[in-house]
Amino acid sequence: MSILSRASRSVIALFTLSWALLLAAADMDYGLQPVAIADGTWVLVGRSEDFSTANGGNIVNTGFIVTPAGVLVIDSGPSRAYGEQLKRAIARITDRPVTLVVNTHHHPDHFLGNQAFAPETLAALPGTINGIHTEGGAFNDNMYRLAGDWMAGTEPVAPAKQLTAGPLDLGGHHLELIALDGHTGADLAIFDRSTGVLFAGDLVFNDRAPTTPHANLAAWQKALDRLEGLGFKQLVPGHGPVARDTAPLRQTRAWLSWLDANLRQAAEDGLDMTEVLAIQPPAEFRRLAVVEAEYRRSVGQLYPAYEQQALSRSGRNAR
Amino acid sequence: MTTHRIRGLAALLLASSLAVGAVQAASGDRQADPLDSPRWGDMRKEFFPAKARVVFDSRVKVSAPLTAENALNVPVSVDAGALPDATEVLVFADFNPITRIVRFRPEGAHPGLGFRIKLQQSTPVRAAVKTRDGVWHVGGTWVNTTGGGCTLPSAGSASPEWQKRLGEVSSRVWERKEGGERIRLRIIHPEDTGLAAGVPAFYIQELKLTDEQGAPLLHIEGFEPLAENPVFSVDIPAARTAAGYRVSGRDNNGNAISAVIEK
Repeated sequence: MSILSRASRSVIALFTLSWALLLAAADMDYGLQPVAIADGTWVLVGRSEDFSTANGGNIVNTGFIVTPAGVLVIDSGPSRAYGEQLKRAIARITDRPVTLVVNTHHHPDHFLGNQAFAPETLAALPGTINGIHTEGGAFNDNMYRLAGDWMAGTEPVAPAKQLTAGPLDLGGHHLELIALDGHTGADLAIFDRSTGVLFAGDLVFNDRAPTTPHANLAAWQKALDRLEGLGFKQLVPGHGPVARDTAPLRQTRAWLSWLDANLRQAAEDGLDMTEVLAIQPPAEFRRLAVVEAEYRRSVGQLYPAYEQQALSRSGRNAR
Repeated sequence: MTTHRIRGLAALLLASSLAVGAVQAASGDRQADPLDSPRWGDMRKEFFPAKARVVFDSRVKVSAPLTAENALNVPVSVDAGALPDATEVLVFADFNPITRIVRFRPEGAHPGLGFRIKLQQSTPVRAAVKTRDGVWHVGGTWVNTTGGGCTLPSAGSASPEWQKRLGEVSSRVWERKEGGERIRLRIIHPEDTGLAAGVPAFYIQELKLTDEQGAPLLHIEGFEPLAENPVFSVDIPAARTAAGYRVSGRDNNGNAISAVIEK
């Protein structure tokens, strides 16, 4: 008898669990709350986490600038649902239309919300558009694996409109589009000279370890030098809280510089990749969110190139 | 469902677990798999004779990341240096579509090897080390991965430029603080598994590492799951270091690999 009652209890538990999951699936609400940081300038700060089925991919910062000439959206988020909820959040604040949606770079959390917006409003640097064309599908598949049901109905949409670096006046906001690279092959930063707000995209991370799947560490550090010279009043990083100083920029540079030196030294010392993975990042970086996971990923992504550079100096093929 | 039927099911489960216990006792294995893998029984049957003594042994160190972000390039290091006289090491992954990864015989080199592999899904990665007394000592670790590493074509399979460099070796020798030397080498090879549609299996089957005089140090038998452009780390004890080394071998299509490893 005890076997039967245990079995029935399991069945009941299983049914309850299935219902709980179904109800959760029906309520894919990111709870987006735009925060005003300057005149007409709003930011939506994501969680300092890895992609998961709990956060639905909302680990990213997006933003928008409301002007008399329309609304500029900076990055569209990780999914169709996020894009749609972002659009509704904007509509709660202004009835002006969204006239321009820019993707700062081609990583999935920055463009997979594009479907929610009118195709003619989408724009990005040419390198970003190419990246979305070539890698968007694989990113999207991977996001389904990592974020699950939140991704329902999401398809990659590449902008048709190419952005070029330079000034852009939008309804009285004097914007500067700055084309850089280093985090990916094409990274767009947007500096609003009217408000002093810099949208740095993923060139800057704040209290969260940077991601490096397409990184060129030298170019990235050069890009940070350029951003530091802008004299911004507020800094919106791609991930982590908004700042009023250059601290996140210096923190990102310090991490990249340590990563570069550490991997170079490891390769020069002949370490195997498993030995490089066992290295602990220095104490100053321990408080960065997801630092262990990002270090591990960065070793996998970047170490083979350092290794190859170290190995190339010797060895002669007998043939 | 009635109580009677459930009791019947329980009896059946009990009977079958007794049967499994009997088989294990007959083969001389008494330990439970520390990695608790449902595939261990199959691995035991596939790789070791029924009468062989197979023991789980924590002296066999297998290092790999608990979570491997890139299933095409998962780093693994095996170290059997804590065992007195390792003669042969077989590395395999329970849940890979091709379970065998690499087999190596230390013939003067330290009984260990660093390499990289492709994994199709989360799996134990194990090293079985045969000692001179014929006993197999098994160590291992779980590697979690989103997978797909075995059914993707290599980047090299699509590139004529890489085909020209097929078998090219780059290498370097380091003095170790602990004494002896470390050799690292990388070989340009697509290492295709044959599981990607339209891309036949194409991988390195044999590598021999010797000193410059030709005295053997390490024999490697490779299988499909070794990662593209494989990188190996080998340690040479102080007693066997030499002025230079050589590596030679071939892939499954008969292409030769031959290089001098200079200091």
